[in-house]
Formats: sequence, structure tokens, C-alpha cells
Amino acid sequence: MATMTAAETGQSRLRPSKPTGFLSWVATTDHKRIGILYFWTVLVFFFIGGVESSLMRAQLAQAELSLITPEIYNQMFTMHGITMVFLVVMPFAAAFFNYLLPLMIGARDVAFPRLNAFSYWFYLFGGIFLYSSFFLGGAPNGSWVGYAPLSSDAVSNMAFYAVGLQILGVSSLASAVNFIVTILNMRAPGMTFMRMPMMVWMALTTSFLLLFAVPIIAVALFMLQFDAVFDAQFFQPASGGDPILYQHLFWLFGHPEVYIMILPAMGIVSEVMPTFSRKPLFGYAAMAFAGAAIGFIGFGVWAHHMFTSAIGPVPRAAFAVATMFIAVPTGIKIFNWVFTMWGGRIRFTTAMLFSVGFVSMFTIGGLSGVVHSIVPHNAQQHDTYFVVAHFHYVLFGGALFGLISGVYYWYPKVTGRLMSEKLGKFHFWTWLLGFNLTFGPMHMSGLLGQPRRTSVLPGELGTTVETYNLLSSLGVIVLAVSASVFLYNLLRSMKHGEASGDDPWDARTIEWMTATPPKVHNFDVIPVITARDEFWHRKYAESDQHIPVAVPVGASVDHDEHDGDVGHIHMPDPSLWPAIHTLGVMPLGYGLVYANWLLIGIGLVWMVAGVFGWIIEPLAEGDDDEPALVGAATH
Amino acid sequence: MTAVAHSTTMGLDNRKLGMWVFLASEFLFFGAFMSAYLLYIDTTNRGPGIEIFDIPFTSVSSFVLLMSSLTMVLAHNSHLRGDMRRMRLWVLATAGQGMVFLGGQVYEFTVFFREGLDLTQSPFASSFYFLAGFHGAHVAIGVLLLLGLYSLSLTGKIKPGQDVKTEIIGLYWHFVDIIWVILFTVVYLIPELRV
Repeated sequence: MATMTAAETGQSRLRPSKPTGFLSWVATTDHKRIGILYFWTVLVFFFIGGVESSLMRAQLAQAELSLITPEIYNQMFTMHGITMVFLVVMPFAAAFFNYLLPLMIGARDVAFPRLNAFSYWFYLFGGIFLYSSFFLGGAPNGSWVGYAPLSSDAVSNMAFYAVGLQILGVSSLASAVNFIVTILNMRAPGMTFMRMPMMVWMALTTSFLLLFAVPIIAVALFMLQFDAVFDAQFFQPASGGDPILYQHLFWLFGHPEVYIMILPAMGIVSEVMPTFSRKPLFGYAAMAFAGAAIGFIGFGVWAHHMFTSAIGPVPRAAFAVATMFIAVPTGIKIFNWVFTMWGGRIRFTTAMLFSVGFVSMFTIGGLSGVVHSIVPHNAQQHDTYFVVAHFHYVLFGGALFGLISGVYYWYPKVTGRLMSEKLGKFHFWTWLLGFNLTFGPMHMSGLLGQPRRTSVLPGELGTTVETYNLLSSLGVIVLAVSASVFLYNLLRSMKHGEASGDDPWDARTIEWMTATPPKVHNFDVIPVITARDEFWHRKYAESDQHIPVAVPVGASVDHDEHDGDVGHIHMPDPSLWPAIHTLGVMPLGYGLVYANWLLIGIGLVWMVAGVFGWIIEPLAEGDDDEPALVGAATH
Repeated sequence: MTAVAHSTTMGLDNRKLGMWVFLASEFLFFGAFMSAYLLYIDTTNRGPGIEIFDIPFTSVSSFVLLMSSLTMVLAHNSHLRGDMRRMRLWVLATAGQGMVFLGGQVYEFTVFFREGLDLTQSPFASSFYFLAGFHGAHVAIGVLLLLGLYSLSLTGKIKPGQDVKTEIIGLYWHFVDIIWVILFTVVYLIPELRV
């Protein structure tokens, strides 16, 4: 009977029914598949962003070189920044959240599966849109911060920046709403807030940051774009407009954005470290609240990016204090990771090495961050390579190390195979070496006065600065080799990696409790959660000396071995509508860049039609709140 | 049984919680535009400034928009009772009032434009048109949603038991109203005290 009605009501010409093939990926609403799509797209953009930075480093390897023109150089550093921030680190975190959140909280999918697909397609089309600018008169070249009024100048091509980031913002906002609702509302029975894996806490905090930061950049970008394309007067000093307003709006988004990029990595490290130290996470509650505190204070420090702008002494003092203050919760986290390892039986797998690398490199970056909070010091460093060194230590040494640690840790969960540890360790050590070789010397060359965003290394800075630059450029070669090994390891291990089994790391959290790779519906039976680190407690009891003792196999309940009928599980239907709907953003975007009302009209009508197609699409298994069912549940 | 009425951790329907969360974000959106407007309130670049506002006219259209919240509540209430005919009537009334408000805004913008308040005239003009205009865009989206709700309930796609759909559109509609209350006060009324 059940299959009968499904077949009757689910007939839709636009719904691919095959579980494999190209169309099944376009139409997927499965959070795991969307996570995988995110991951591979991120990897493509990561290598493109790497090529852009290599070009810059080649140009700066020696003083007064002219390998690439200043015009190209400006496009390179702008697109490198935009790519790494908006097309790599943020969606990299989204890839993890998508794949893992439902598994970690014991849900079958996210709250809004089609909206989840919508987020991915907006991300993909936004990235393609941004990169299409290379073929349409040159990429944006006014830096990732896009300060007005320079960026509203017609020659700056920043209209692509304004519209492209707007598209990516919609994607982030939609996934933030989706993840918040999923975490708040779809936890397994017994999964209280204080039993959630730390990764889930960090995902929740990140999503709230996105929720409140994205609308602000949306406003700044609308203003910028209308200044650039439609002659609005928001930031034009000639008519009384105030460029500082743009800086405020940008950094009111831009600083929470920094935490949006780092918190997911902190979540990953907080999962990896306890597993490989065979100890629970030290100071769980402090970790969770420190994350939330970072989220709150993160909205109160933005003007430290503007200490050299005309903001006055009182804001400078206030924001300097707030900036020093935010180092406190960050410090709490760092100490807690160290204490998690302290006294543990540590296994230095590749994943663990990257996590340890995260903590140490991020600490260096964090300390140079505190240096920036000192206003006079800041005036010295502003727009020098010292700043470049600082934020690469936080975003590369921090965020990226953490995220890669997560790749090594959860790769077996996704593929059922382990990545090669030998290649992994080679990757780690070359990565660490190349990273420090590239960005370490920048501290020095920056303090010696090398300005950032300058296409030629000035010869008058002297041979010391030149040597530092050469070292940085050599570091990029090491990183390129290292990244290639990583890519090779990723691809090779999919076919030839050692089979991992369901629980290769002796892990603690419930995503390892289900089959590997997980079935479409994640869990045959939704587990009931009785403890933090639920899976660990199902595997081990504690002896009198507080030493974990394995529970005998027969008594163990560590596996989800329910073989019963799973045909009744109601899973979201695949749908092409999210992809169809979001494609309309392309004509809309080009229309806004070129002030072409026809394209804008086509885009709007397309998207509205897409929404209606989405709404009236029949559901294969009936509506969630069919009258009869709701009646039975509520009355 | 194919589908199970899902129970959620917080006891609140996912879609309703999603709408609440989204609206929280919208406040920041309008907040940022409002701060830009307040910054530029006197930056008129020798063009028209706040004296251009016609308070009595805008008060009338504000009243219409506020009343639409009442009809929205009545629509949801009718849906709850399963009275779809009356629900459709109130939904249509709400959308109609929304359109009256939009018409008023189009008229107002036209008048302002003729009096020399061009988007490209001054930061004041740009920020006024953006703030009021984005609110108007939100009302327009709300009207589209309401008309969608109306037609889908006509075709039987939205059933008497699915009052949560009317409710979340109502949440959005009330939000747009509340924003207008703040906006009308900040943009029109408070500056009026200084004129």
C-alpha cells in the first residue's frame, strides 16, 4: 500500500529516479551527497586560488621584477583573497557541516533538504559568476575588502565582486538557517545541548554568526554595486558621501567572518584531539561557552581593522580593549586542547598531526593578532606584510590545518577507506615546512616596511627584505608539491586505500556508530543518547581506577545492527528545482553588473517561476502535515 | 502509513523555526540600511531633504499596512478552524492592502522624483530610496506569497490541516509590518520634530 501511493502521487516528469549518474547528483537532496559536492568544488577553487598566489609569489621573488603587469597582479591578489575566503574556507566548513551534522546529532537529514541543495547551487553559480569576469573585461581588482569609493570606480570591475559576493551570501544565509534549525530541532532523543559533540556547538555558533553578519555585507554590497553601476551616492565624497561608512559595514561583517572561518576548524580539532588522545575533551562546557563568547565579542571588535581610518580616539581605545578581550576565550580553547592531550595515550596519526599543527600555528597567529590591537603598533603595521603574515597564520595555519585534519579523520567515514598514512605524514611535514617558509619571513619583511598589495617589490627596501621574499617564494614551491601529494593521496585512496571498517579510530561520537559509508537514511534506528561521547560509553565501561575497560562483545551495543524493514523511513525526495531555480541568478547577476534590465527581468521571472515549481512539486511520500496525520497528532 | 508527523526537539515546527531564524537575520539587514539613512539624513547635496515628506499621506498608507496585519491574523484563524472560504477571503484582503500600500509608495516615489529627489542626487536620496525601496520589495514578495497561498488553496494544494503554511507567511507579513512601524518612525516622524 505504501509503495502504491508513493508511485501514484510521486509521478513528476522532472524527478530523476535513478540513484546514480549525473542527474542524480544534480537533483540530490541527500546531505551527504551535497557535502561531497561541496568538497570537490572547494578543492577545484583551492587549486585555482593557489595558482593565483603562486603568480604573485613569482612576481615578488626578486625586487623590481615584471613577470606580470600591475593590472594582472591586482586581479590576482583580489581573486586569491575572494577565492580563499568565500570559495574555499567557508564552503569547506559547509562541506563538513553538511556531511556530519545530521550524523552527529542522530538525524536522517537536515531540516530543509531542498534548501540545502539550493545553498550548494548558489555557491557553485556564485563561484562561476565571479570567475567568468576574467573573460568579461578582467576580474575584480580592488582587493577582497573592496573599499569604496575606489571600488565603485568604473575601471575597478568591482561590480562583479559586489554581485558575486551577494550570490555567495545568499548561499551562506540559507545554509545558516538550515543548520540552526537542524541543530536546534532535530537532535536524537537524549541529545541535550551539553551532550552534543563540540563540532556541533561550533557549527551552531558559526551559523548564528553568519545569520547576523551576512545581511550587513549584503547592505554594503548593494550600496557599492548601485554606486558603481547606477550612480547612487552612498560613498561618493563629492556629494557628501562617507567612505568610512563602507569600512564600518564591511568590517562589521568582515570581523565575524574571521570567526566564521576559524570556528569550524576549532570544532574539528575538538573532535580529533580527544579521539587520538583517548581522553574526553578537557573542559567541555568551557569550550562550548568560549565558542559562544567568541561569537558575541566577535561582533564588537570590527573597528580594529580601521585604526588608521578617521574613527577618533574613543573608538580606537574601546576597540583596542575589546580586541585584547577576545583573546581570553581563544586562550581558554588553546589551553583546553593542550590539557586534552596532557596525560593521554596519544596516537600521532596524520589527522592528529594536523590538529596539533593547528593549535601551534594558530597560537602564533593569535599572538600577532593581539599585537595588532595596540593602536600605535597597529599604525606601524597597517597594510604591511606583517598583516599578511598574521592572517595567513590564522587562516592557513589555523583554519586550513584544522579542515585538512578533518579530511584525514572523516575520509574513511565517507569512503570506507583510509588515506595513506605514509603520504599523509609526508603531506603534513612538507605542509608545515612550506607554510612556515612562506609566511614566517613575511613577519620580518612587513616590519621592515614592505607594503602589501603592491605589484613590485621596491628595490630600495634592501637586500634583507629581498631575501625574505625569496624565501617566501621558495616556500610556495614546497606547498605546491605538498598539495599535489595531498590530492594524489585523496584520489588514490578512494580505490586503493586500506578498508577502514566502521570505526577505524576507536572514536567517541555517534557518526561512527552507523555503517561506513552511511546508508541514505543514516541510522536504521535513531539511537537514544545517554551520555556525552555516547559511542565511547557504549564501547567502554570504567574500572575502579578510572581506566576504560572494553565492554564484552556480546554485551556491546555499539553497532546499529537493525536489519529490519527500513522501507518505511521517510527520506526527502530528489528534486531538480533547487538547481533550476538558482540558475536564474546568472542572468540576474549579469543584468545587475551591466545595468541590463532585460537580463534582470529574465532572471527575476526565472527565479519566481522556479520557486513556484519548487512549491507545487508533488512529494513522493505525501506532505509532512497531511490533514489526517496532523489531526491525529495534535487533537 | 507513508509519512509520520515528525516531532521536533524544541516542539516547534521546523518551517516555523526556520522563518523565525530568517527574520532575525532580516532585522540586521534593515538595521544597517537605517544606520546609513540616519548618517546621511542631512547630507542632501543642495537637493531636497526631509522637508519633502508628506506625513498625512504616508500616515494613511501606513494605517492600511497596519490593518493588513489584522486581516492576516483573521486569515490564519480561519485556516485553524478549517474555514478555507473565509481564509481565502482574508488572505486576499491582506494582499489587497499590501498592494494599496505599494501603490502609495510608487505614487510617493514619483512625487519625490518630480520634486528633484533623484537616487543620484545625494547620499540622503540614495539611502532613503534604498531603505524604503527594500521595504517595498519585502512587501511585494509578501504579496506574491499571499497570492500564491490564495491560488494554491483554491486548487486544493493547501489543505485545511496545513495552517502552518498560512502561519509562516503570516510571520513574515507581521515582520514586514513591524519594520514599517520602526521605519515610519525613524524615517518620517522623528525628523519631522526637527523641521
